Amino acid sequence: MPKKVLRDFKVEYLQILDENGNCDDALMPKLSNEEIKKMYEMLVLVRVFDQKAFNMQRQGRLGTYIQFKGQEACQIGSAAVLEDDDWIFPMYRNSGLLIARKHPIVQVLQYWNGDERGMRAPDNVNNFPIAISVGTHVIHAVGAAWAAKLQGKKQVAVTYFGEGATSKGDFHEAMNFAGVYSAPCVFFCENNQFAISVPRAKQTHAETIAQKAIAYGIEGIQVDGMDIFAVYKAAKDAVEKARAGKGPTLIEAYAYRLCDHSTSDDASRYRSKEEFEAWVKKDSLERLEKYMRKKNLLDDAYKQKVLESSQQIIEKAVTEFEKIQPPDPKDMFKYVYAEMTPQQKEEMEELGIK
Amino acid sequence: MVVANIVQAVTMGLRQELKRDKKVIVLGEDVGLNGGVFRATDGLQKEFGPDRVIDTPLAELGIVGASIGLAVNGMKPVAEIQFSGFVYAGFDQLLSHAARIRMRSRGRFTCPMVLRTPYGTGIRALELHCESGEALFSHIAGLKMVVPSNPYDAKGLLAAAIRDPDPVIFYEPMRIYRAIKQDIPEDEYIVPLGKANVIHQGDDLTLIAWGAMVKTCQDAIQKLQGKYSVEIIDLRTINPYDAETVISSVKKTGRCVIAHEAPRTAGFAAELIASINEKALLSLHAPVVRVTGPDVPIPLAKLEGHYLPDVNRIIKGIEKVMSF
Repeated sequence: MPKKVLRDFKVEYLQILDENGNCDDALMPKLSNEEIKKMYEMLVLVRVFDQKAFNMQRQGRLGTYIQFKGQEACQIGSAAVLEDDDWIFPMYRNSGLLIARKHPIVQVLQYWNGDERGMRAPDNVNNFPIAISVGTHVIHAVGAAWAAKLQGKKQVAVTYFGEGATSKGDFHEAMNFAGVYSAPCVFFCENNQFAISVPRAKQTHAETIAQKAIAYGIEGIQVDGMDIFAVYKAAKDAVEKARAGKGPTLIEAYAYRLCDHSTSDDASRYRSKEEFEAWVKKDSLERLEKYMRKKNLLDDAYKQKVLESSQQIIEKAVTEFEKIQPPDPKDMFKYVYAEMTPQQKEEMEELGIK
Repeated sequence: MVVANIVQAVTMGLRQELKRDKKVIVLGEDVGLNGGVFRATDGLQKEFGPDRVIDTPLAELGIVGASIGLAVNGMKPVAEIQFSGFVYAGFDQLLSHAARIRMRSRGRFTCPMVLRTPYGTGIRALELHCESGEALFSHIAGLKMVVPSNPYDAKGLLAAAIRDPDPVIFYEPMRIYRAIKQDIPEDEYIVPLGKANVIHQGDDLTLIAWGAMVKTCQDAIQKLQGKYSVEIIDLRTINPYDAETVISSVKKTGRCVIAHEAPRTAGFAAELIASINEKALLSLHAPVVRVTGPDVPIPLAKLEGHYLPDVNRIIKGIEKVMSF
């Protein structure tokens, strides 16, 4: 008997805006000039934030901070397609995403300064607290999406994680559950090429992360993660599909971490300057600027205005943040259970906490 | 009233809550069509449909993790893990997430889920089918840990666990799943969490146990034929435990034996003894004695009789305290 081909698969790659600012109009999603400007302004805002937070850590004004430079388009482009009522299940490299999802900047700073009040999402936005342990939160998005489906809510849940997380069993179980229950969720992998120092090629022998979706019977796509239009388009398609009851999608956003892993890391130990420089040229912000210049959506005056207003927003938040008093020690006990246990009440008394 | 064993009482508790609250769903391996490997969910899928009694992939981490997401977004998942030794694949989810969601989100999100699982040895089962990890779960602030010892409590505590706003681990005593039959109400009721049950009043000695070990303690008292007046406390909720009932009993009797089948070191008896020392030391006539499994991995069938505390070992413990 000759062997038969049972299934044939393909893995698609989407780029709409190249690094020179050239746009493929046929693929370009429908976006008004105002929407494009809004995305640009958000890109600038979170970049200013990222740099400011890094500087503050160096000055001893902030705790350990996780930068996201290089991955702004992943976070801003995908957040732009979500409703407040949709869910995000973010990872630690998602401060930009949180800001784009209306999480007050002051609170983001609070969190990175060891104040847990920072992770309480605004009441009308479903921003789940960020996950510190890698990939363990991916399955929560599946559960939340499944719950939405069971209750007839039109919500979609999006979870963000790095390519390193895809090496964990958690990722496998999450993708498998999502497929089995056709959960309205989106797996958004920010592939920044490195899990601290370990390169992508050592995480998996697969050529792409996107193709991992195939094994679970769900769709996967790789997009240029430094192309905000490609991210937006893929995220919009995936979210609309999920909302229409047609199941989950894996998006691999192919990007690069244009910063260290954390404020305790030195990436020059494991990445070459040449490689870094080559990726800087692909940066999302610059290519969007080039595009907007061509379309007369941006000139030097506008660029300067956006930068200055972003700096003002961030400085105002920093001033407010630095005035915040430390949390009440009672908070340690208050949020463990709905009601404090008799043991906790004794412990509080022993610690002199009222 | 209806005669039920513990498995049937669990089914009744699930049915009661599935009927009462549309947010309640049951999920796990084989819980649907097959009704669970112990039949604890027998007939529920037929009654409530495959969207509420759900067969899952064979993936404990996935079951626990998906339950967390379900709970956070408005459902009340009751997950079954077939044997307590398999929970550990999902342990990270319980410890790192379920227990911390209320804290991490400062009350914005909560995780009202229940994880049911049969525990305990003495049934000649395979490796990792006989674990007693109640102390492990009780060490995690943010989780509650409940162990019923009889059909009435199994139904009522399970219902209370499902209604609880926080994550609850519900250990079912496998060895006595079908060994005890009781008349229990068909009507709706709950047994509140955090309250121990004094199942036998006495003045000479307080004997504390939970789960399957309660029956062993009762058998021991029967064998003693009234030699001592023993007060038996069924702890029922391990965390948060009912210190008040324990302490007031020990103050009255001045003597205490604690029996559990989990290994001794850092077992839950140690916590109870610390509490007794803090609050009732001067009432004690003798050191508190622990009758527990030894510090070994729980053995397979051929040696489980040597591991599991039995009536004679409990009597020995009682005699040790009484003769001090």
